[in-house]
Amino acid sequence: MQRDNIMNKTVRNLLVAALTLLPATVLADPTAQALAFTCAGCHGTDGSSVGPSSPSIAGMDPEVFVDAMQAYKADQRNATIMDRIAKGYTDEQIKGMSWFFAKQPLLLKPQKHDPDLAKLGADLHKEYCEKCHSDGGRESDSGILAGQWMPYLEYSMTDFVEGRRAYPRKMKRKVDAVLKEHGKKAQSALIHFYGSQQ
Amino acid sequence: MSDFNRRDFIRIASGATLATGVLGFPGLLLAAGPKVVIVGGGVGGCTAAKYLRKLDPRIDVTLVEPKAAYTSCFMSNEVLSGDRTIESITFDYEGLKRHGVKIISDRVSVIDPEKKQVVTDGGERFPYDACVVSPGVDFKWDAIEGYDAEVAETIPHAWFAGKQTVTLRKQIESMPEGGKVIIVAPPNPFKCPPGPYERAAQIAMYCKHHKPKAKILILDPKDAFSKQGLFRQGWSKLYGFGTENSMIEWVGAAGGGKVEAIDPSTMTLQAEIEEFQADVINIIPPQKAGKVAFASDLVDGDWCPVDKMTFESKRHPGIHVLGDASNAAKMPKSAYAANSQAKVAAAAIVARFNGLEPGDPTFVNTCYSILGEEHGISVAAVYRLDKETNVIESIKGSGGLSPMDASDEQRKREVTYAHSWFKNLIHDMMG
Ligand SMILES: Cc1cc2nc3c(=O)[nH]c(=O)nc-3n(C[C@H](O)[C@H](O)[C@H](O)COP(=O)(O)OP(=O)(O)OC[C@H]3O[C@@H](n4cnc5c(N)ncnc54)[C@H](O)[C@@H]3O)c2cc1C
Repeated sequence: MQRDNIMNKTVRNLLVAALTLLPATVLADPTAQALAFTCAGCHGTDGSSVGPSSPSIAGMDPEVFVDAMQAYKADQRNATIMDRIAKGYTDEQIKGMSWFFAKQPLLLKPQKHDPDLAKLGADLHKEYCEKCHSDGGRESDSGILAGQWMPYLEYSMTDFVEGRRAYPRKMKRKVDAVLKEHGKKAQSALIHFYGSQQ
Repeated sequence: MSDFNRRDFIRIASGATLATGVLGFPGLLLAAGPKVVIVGGGVGGCTAAKYLRKLDPRIDVTLVEPKAAYTSCFMSNEVLSGDRTIESITFDYEGLKRHGVKIISDRVSVIDPEKKQVVTDGGERFPYDACVVSPGVDFKWDAIEGYDAEVAETIPHAWFAGKQTVTLRKQIESMPEGGKVIIVAPPNPFKCPPGPYERAAQIAMYCKHHKPKAKILILDPKDAFSKQGLFRQGWSKLYGFGTENSMIEWVGAAGGGKVEAIDPSTMTLQAEIEEFQADVINIIPPQKAGKVAFASDLVDGDWCPVDKMTFESKRHPGIHVLGDASNAAKMPKSAYAANSQAKVAAAAIVARFNGLEPGDPTFVNTCYSILGEEHGISVAAVYRLDKETNVIESIKGSGGLSPMDASDEQRKREVTYAHSWFKNLIHDMMG
């Protein structure tokens, strides 16, 4: 399992490297870079958002990116504006953008958080979330949570809990359990934990 | 020179000595890169400067702007409600300097396309290999009798954010309890199509708490406006629009909304059918491209025609006109649009310096309006260029407005996304 992950990563990094070496003219027009540049006004230059609520998408796992965009495109994910925007791109273009953002460094900004809540969140994370969101939510395979803008995490969690967004596999059980055992405070605790990370 | 074609492209690419230098002697590049001079440090100019340096750090980028700091028009309506200060929307050029952009504090009088030089009021000349022009709009002062730049000091347009925004805010604060504000909206096309209507909501947001009997009247020479359904819905929900006690009223063309003259001494407006009197008047005059575009022969009518593949002027090659001053149909005159166009122009300039043909352009516009503390709406579009017609078309099935039936939670989230839009856009252009 572990080894598979590492293998995937290597292949992926090689692909990313190959992509950067291609001369611009070989890529389908407009280039992935040109497409990705248009996202910056909301998601920050090269996908690192300066906040306060639109999420950073730099360093995002390409599969997570494609899944999100396809779900928005198909009206299968609760959205304010991304459903309207995702419909403007072909599957190929979405893939292209996913690789562009995957290779951008994620630049984080400090966020105001409650240290006590964050501490509780750290414990809850370890018990309920770490298995998929490994390395304290830094690992990108299931979406980077560490350092993500807190209002965005709040919207996402609320949408999951209130049934407006479909849970990925296994997540519902864990969320139900943590909320049942620790009450509604668990949600803010986890968010303060992720928001506290740099 | 009207139509720009492939042959011109080759001529320019090979004519620019530095471009051939790039291909022939890569070792010499560090000594002197190709020169780009940018006219105007607003959204278009700053974004182009940053992205030129980002895409090709060899390029020597000089930006000429008379003001020491940029006060953004976007989010300036929020100063009128008291939600923001003018300082919170004012930004210096230090960020761009860190990206290696040279900032010259001067006004450009004219661009000389023959000598390829930018000439300033201060008498300096800056030679360029490519020039980027993003001077924003200018007003057609003769459109409303009795209104001119001097009168605007006391009866503000506040359509350039800054001193006049603060004046308008103070006037609203000091008007009597049941005071009346009139906003005179401009005819199309103008910068920020939803702007006047967001402005009405922002003034109402202040009055609701501090002067609940106040009235805001919009006099409009048009019969329809941007995000109209959403504005009417938001105005009714928050400010009683459509009821007898509505704080906001709108009079369109059919109702005699076109204003023809003003008498500043009596604060009276002469509209097509009746006269209107108010305590505070805000006139947003009709618009055209910034002065330097006219002085430099870049206009055709009111705006600057461009080849939308590259945003290069159709009148003078080597000069790229972006943002509000350009005719970028069908994109609106918005900050997000100017930011998007600047990246297309920057990539095209870099491609040519490197002997490549510019790639196909892609554009996005997103624009938020904040109607109340927890009530935001947006419009979005993803565009492609129809090369045959040179028209930027919205991609079928994409974009559009926030839904009419959105929940309160959605409207609230859109306010926080509007704030993110603002911070990220400013950072993307000059941070
Ligand atoms: C009230 C209001 C609200 C708005 N809200 C939004 C919004 O929510 N979303 C949105 O997308 N857009 C919004 N806009 C529109 C947005 O501000 C403009 O579309 C955007 O600023 C256009 O960028 P630009 O580069 O064309 O011009 P500007 O940003 O206006 O920049 C032009 C710059 O050029 C300089 N300049 C002019 N002449 C010369 C010269 N001769 N030499 C040197 N420099 C010169 C000026 O000093 C200025 O700094 C709003 C506008 C207004 C008025």
